[in-house]
Amino acid sequence: MRKLPEAYTKKSFSVPPTATSATQHSDNERSAHQRKINQIHESAIKHVQGKAQYVDDLPNTVNTLHVATGKATHANAKIVSLNLEKVWQAEGVVDVIVQGDIPGSADVSPVFSGDVLLAGQTTQFVGQPIFAVAATSYTAAQKAVRLAEIEYEQQTPLLRIQEALAQQDFVLPTQSFHRGDVIKTINEAKFSLSGELTIRGQEHFYLEGQISLAQPTEDGGIHVISSSQHPTEVQKLVASVLGVPIHKVQAEVRRMGGGFGGKESQAATLACMAAVFAQRLQQPIKYRMSRQDDMEQTGKRHDFWNQYTTAFTAQGEILAADIKLAGMCGCTADLSDGIVDRAMFHADNAYYLPQARITGYRCRTDTVSNTAFRGFGGPQGMLSTEAMLDDIARAVNLDPLDIRKQNVYRKDKDETPYGQKIEESVLLPLIEQLENTSQYRQRREEIHEFNRNNRWQKRGLALTPVKFGISFTSKHLNQAGALIHVYTDGSIHLNHGGTEMGQGLYTKIKQVVAKEFGVDSDRIMVSAARTDKVPNTSPTAASAGTDLNGMAAIDAVNKIKQNLFTFAEHYYKVERERIFIHDDIVHVGDQVFAFAEFIKLAYMQRVSLSANGFYRTPKIGFDRSTGKGRPFYYFANGAACSEVIVDTMTGEYKITRVDILHDVGESINPAVDIGQIEGGFIQGMGWLTTEELLWDSQGKLMSNSPANYKIPTVGDLPEDFNVNLYQAKNHEQNVYSSKAVGEPPLMLAISVWCALRDACASVADYKISPPLAAPATTEAVYHCMQAASQYQQSQTAQSGQRT
Amino acid sequence: MIKLKVNDKSVEYNGDPNQPLLWYLRDDLKLTGTKYGCGIGACGACTVHMNGSPVRSCSLPMAALGSSSIRTIEGLSSNVGKEVQQTWKELDVVQCGYCQSGQIMSATALLESNPKPSSTDIDNAMQGNICRCATYQRIRQAIGQTAKKLEG
Repeated sequence: MRKLPEAYTKKSFSVPPTATSATQHSDNERSAHQRKINQIHESAIKHVQGKAQYVDDLPNTVNTLHVATGKATHANAKIVSLNLEKVWQAEGVVDVIVQGDIPGSADVSPVFSGDVLLAGQTTQFVGQPIFAVAATSYTAAQKAVRLAEIEYEQQTPLLRIQEALAQQDFVLPTQSFHRGDVIKTINEAKFSLSGELTIRGQEHFYLEGQISLAQPTEDGGIHVISSSQHPTEVQKLVASVLGVPIHKVQAEVRRMGGGFGGKESQAATLACMAAVFAQRLQQPIKYRMSRQDDMEQTGKRHDFWNQYTTAFTAQGEILAADIKLAGMCGCTADLSDGIVDRAMFHADNAYYLPQARITGYRCRTDTVSNTAFRGFGGPQGMLSTEAMLDDIARAVNLDPLDIRKQNVYRKDKDETPYGQKIEESVLLPLIEQLENTSQYRQRREEIHEFNRNNRWQKRGLALTPVKFGISFTSKHLNQAGALIHVYTDGSIHLNHGGTEMGQGLYTKIKQVVAKEFGVDSDRIMVSAARTDKVPNTSPTAASAGTDLNGMAAIDAVNKIKQNLFTFAEHYYKVERERIFIHDDIVHVGDQVFAFAEFIKLAYMQRVSLSANGFYRTPKIGFDRSTGKGRPFYYFANGAACSEVIVDTMTGEYKITRVDILHDVGESINPAVDIGQIEGGFIQGMGWLTTEELLWDSQGKLMSNSPANYKIPTVGDLPEDFNVNLYQAKNHEQNVYSSKAVGEPPLMLAISVWCALRDACASVADYKISPPLAAPATTEAVYHCMQAASQYQQSQTAQSGQRT
Repeated sequence: MIKLKVNDKSVEYNGDPNQPLLWYLRDDLKLTGTKYGCGIGACGACTVHMNGSPVRSCSLPMAALGSSSIRTIEGLSSNVGKEVQQTWKELDVVQCGYCQSGQIMSATALLESNPKPSSTDIDNAMQGNICRCATYQRIRQAIGQTAKKLEG
């Protein structure tokens, strides 16, 4: 186990039984090295004092107007008439626009087409903006939009994945990849089973809702400050709706109050709306969504309906799997192509499928267009396969962990169904280490004992792995840029294409630049992502922020160092090998200079102190036509062991203990990484336990506030929660041998869902895998428990008849 | 007219009595450390102290304030508040940061009324503050450590 500062080790991060058990530590107790790797959040002081500014906190110019939109009340309806007279007359209203008022393109799709800024003749989903208002206050705008008189010609909306499949109604063509003759193997196998699973989506509920602020510039362009993971796309789409070249638009993002994928593509519509008004009125425009609008008008994690059939041996070794993944994309493609692709790429999760056919359907429904959410389809692809592994275990009457270990990728069983080899041997050792540290076997025995002796409460246990591919599956997105300036006082200005949403990217890149330069990180100021500093950036997504931007920043640092060292070599006639920077000191042969002193000297000798850096990920490429290739540079791995206790009468449950062992390679910042693991796990746990997205029969979202959509709070934490980092370097040449961490830990929460099903299966003596919905709400667990109980009763009745 | 104290300064309010306190703080007094999260008092991002107790300013109308003393994150000056901020920083609690003013205000109110909270006390007091980054493990720990520091 990696040695961590005391504050981040298992013990002190377990729940303190009383406030007195925690230990105090201070900077001077830590070694200098630890301080470097535990660089605190670059905005920590601002955050704890409430001084860190989000878009809505920026000083308003006096004449800023506020936007609200009129929302469709029917999905898939024709708009027969639209009377906005009363809206225009409402107090404070300055301007009202409909689709025809958009000067450029009304289409604001990120990749394909069909996402319109304002609805035209027909509505696509309940809540879709039909018109927009700019008014003197937020309240005036909100009041005004309710005054519209709209007549619809209603048509039946398509709301379910199964209906879309039956009607072959897809936003994009179906894709598949396969290896071997799966159907033949399944038909001829002695043991096979089938299952299906409906997996609900998830609302992002970033605490800072969607927001943009647009200001007109003197050149007929726009400066837009956005809460977006993808400033370049904001820039491109604002230019497109205005009908101006991209260079007239600057997009800027200092930080987001959470993104989680929800601000990858869908933040741009707010920027575009604000920009249209800003250009029409030549005034600053702010568009902040109310929470309810945000929940109704922006996309979520995709619901999936997955089906699987698998053939296996008597010992539970998988021979073949036929897996169908159907994602509910909503009304348009948005990012769904990549999301369903990623579900397909993760349908194997950590297991070798000798023969496999994996098919991904992009189902169209008359609902808001679903979008990226931490994991990007990966979690949904994995969950049904983990359910399948449990099913196999119960079919062959073995412990699910044994089945998992038996099928996990290993030497000679290391090729994914899409042809990429698993080159590192991390998965099995990691699982075995967690098996030991979590005392899985001993606890399994104790749980059997407990369950035999308790009728009204049952305990469940599950240890599940995660293998998550790192890289954008769209190859061209795997590039990044950085811009670094050194000023004459030795202070360093750092800019890169990534955005900060709480994942610690800015902190990590600051550390990387300090380390690469050989200077103290206090010299470095990280500045807001801006499209006029680093252009043509990729979204901060796919967990790849540090990998891509860190490498680009290293490139920029090395260019400046090259300039400095070449200068020193010639000026002081010293060999290059004897010139280096360490701990803020520039060493030139036997001479030493304070960093700032040397920089001033270099400036006076006309040395360039500014550079841009660039990076493209090597080795990757996937051929969709053959379904083979290497979509991922490497894999991040992890495993979690979760234990639950369930009330058999009500389905109520508690998560009593969770142990996590996760592979972040050589951690750049253990505090940040462990924070990501804990947070990702809890967010995934919310998705699979209490967060239930519900629509009514007409397609109106019913779960539209935190009052009817339950997000985990502090009391939902596991009673005992242990997180540790697996000791291994990334074998690829990634930033200081680290690995990406943003998304993978979310899927560790699958262990909670499996543990709940395990508790229910105990009622049937583990002879069946009772069906459990996702999320496993109290009601769902109750039904699962009932199914197990009914099975057991029918078995008892049958054996009674026989005797 | 409503006369109240905000961060120890006397202020007078003559506007709409139904306006929630949050918008008076943010728009009129420019105290933007207090955040809008949900608007229905269910997420805790807008937590401030009213006479020392944590309240949800997004759903508290100005008319309900009487002559209260309001404290926001910007005016957190008590020993307890300062220690909470310090521990928060040391333990690197913050991820995106948006909910953290509210978390810190709730944590401070807890420790000011209950200097030695149990785990259950912590959970009960912090239950209404959603953190979507789920920094809860460190929030729990930071409250525990602050209590210990203040005791010593």
